[in-house]
Amino acid sequence: MRKFKRMAKKFVADFVVVDNKPLNATNFLIKARSNSVLPTILPGQFVNVEINDAKEIFLRRPFSVFEVDYNQNTISMIVKILGRGSKKLTEIEAGCNISLVYPLGKSFTYPAATDKVLLIGGGSGVAPMLFLAKESGLDKTQVDILLGARTKEDHIDVESYSKYANLHYATEDGSLGEKGFVTQHSVFVNDLNKYDKIYACGPDGMMRAIAKVAKAADVFCEVSLENLMACGFGVCLCCIEPTNKGNLCVCTDGPVFNINELKW
Amino acid sequence: MVDLKVKVHNLEFKNPITLASGTCGFAREMADFFDPAIVGGFFLKGSTLKNRDGNEYPRMAETPSGMLNAVGLQNKGIDYFIENIYPEIKDYDTQLIINVNGSTVEDYIALTEKVNELDKIRGIELNISCPNVKEGGMAFGVSCPGAEMVTREVRKVYDKTLIVKLSPNVTDISEIARAVEGQGADAVSLVNTFLGMAIDAETRKPKLSTITGGLSGPAIKPIALRMVWQVANAVKIPVVGMGGIMNAADAIEFMLAGASVVQIGTAVFKDPTLPVQIINELEDYMLRHKVQSVNDLIGELQI
Repeated sequence: MRKFKRMAKKFVADFVVVDNKPLNATNFLIKARSNSVLPTILPGQFVNVEINDAKEIFLRRPFSVFEVDYNQNTISMIVKILGRGSKKLTEIEAGCNISLVYPLGKSFTYPAATDKVLLIGGGSGVAPMLFLAKESGLDKTQVDILLGARTKEDHIDVESYSKYANLHYATEDGSLGEKGFVTQHSVFVNDLNKYDKIYACGPDGMMRAIAKVAKAADVFCEVSLENLMACGFGVCLCCIEPTNKGNLCVCTDGPVFNINELKW
Repeated sequence: MVDLKVKVHNLEFKNPITLASGTCGFAREMADFFDPAIVGGFFLKGSTLKNRDGNEYPRMAETPSGMLNAVGLQNKGIDYFIENIYPEIKDYDTQLIINVNGSTVEDYIALTEKVNELDKIRGIELNISCPNVKEGGMAFGVSCPGAEMVTREVRKVYDKTLIVKLSPNVTDISEIARAVEGQGADAVSLVNTFLGMAIDAETRKPKLSTITGGLSGPAIKPIALRMVWQVANAVKIPVVGMGGIMNAADAIEFMLAGASVVQIGTAVFKDPTLPVQIINELEDYMLRHKVQSVNDLIGELQI
């Protein structure tokens, strides 16, 4: 048998699902364990997941990594039901095998030790934001997390992250935190210039609105994109994003981009 | 031990499992997953004389058992390849064949002359079948005079192995295969993607920016297999077969139909290590069927 050289930087492997629990009506937390030692996986990187036994689902589905536990050899991701593929994935049971291609993409730029940062997450885009907050090594006083959703019910419970960051909420109907979009929230409107770095992950419209303001205020800002992709490792050239350097692959040149690179 | 070695013209492949152009980048992307020396070869990403940005996003749509793409030959041009990519990959211990594309015959000639200078690129795959570009590409590959003209002109300037990649979007693919054979092609490879289309019923819009695109994946396998069989029976030069291969059995079917070498394409998107698994499974098959040399499978369809 031909063995894969251990020099490999990316892997395809079956994981075992150890937990799959609903976080709210449309988001699920799936945790899966590897049989082999995990490589370093950084906030902003993603995994490409095969969807088992799903009619007419041919390609994998990419998900941002939410948590990595190197002791238990587990990777967790937040799966939001968007279509048939993600729906099917949320039905997987503990004990089942799940094939992952990992780790993919580039991570967020880590903040400097003295930086004050604002992390903005919308929908399942909270996953890499929480991962970054936890891994940044910053003191809680330096980290603000602003989470946006339509209603209180659309938010997932992230209170356990209050030890890493100050949590702020925005809802369109005012049922949790301030009423309105994240870009209308007081920490974003009033305090933007006190941050050294802003990071965002969420719906395209949300990130574009954030980028516009951050650009005008000349604040460092990185966003994580999720263009449609087939491979996830830079060969299909389907997930391209127009940038100052031409069309770049979101899967390998991103998914994290500095807003100054983008043609937004 | 079984013998996996196979020749296409004077190109020797250590095994018949190669990766298809457009689905393996410039081979180095695959080296993140496995040692490139394991596979028979790489058909490198379609390259053009000058930089091409490719088509607008969105460029892909998932379809039943396959996908449509409309990448449009995005690449940085042959000079970029020669200066920045070739030095990195040239010492891979495997066959490297570059897929070349032009909008005009002059483009094909200029491009081929440059590639002819590269020692470790011992063959080209002349792409006259890309369905996603406005000029050139498939326009040459869907008529005998067009296919003949490009092949003839490139043959004049290229002295290494010339493989012509055929389009399935024709009435009779064996006619085109015979036409390029007549102009000095050393081998043919087939099939490129089938022209297809996807619409979002909710938005009433096409799913691809270009409206139509190329269909690949297991959805096309039976048609590709039939075409490989027809072409293998129509020409004397070797055939490189591809179209929806997902496992060793698929690869063997293409070889039985007449392919000397096969290319794994879209399946790599699902599992980039699949070519390695297919080589292992091919060996198992040969041991099980007491086939000593892989050459004993080529065209050995029992009718």
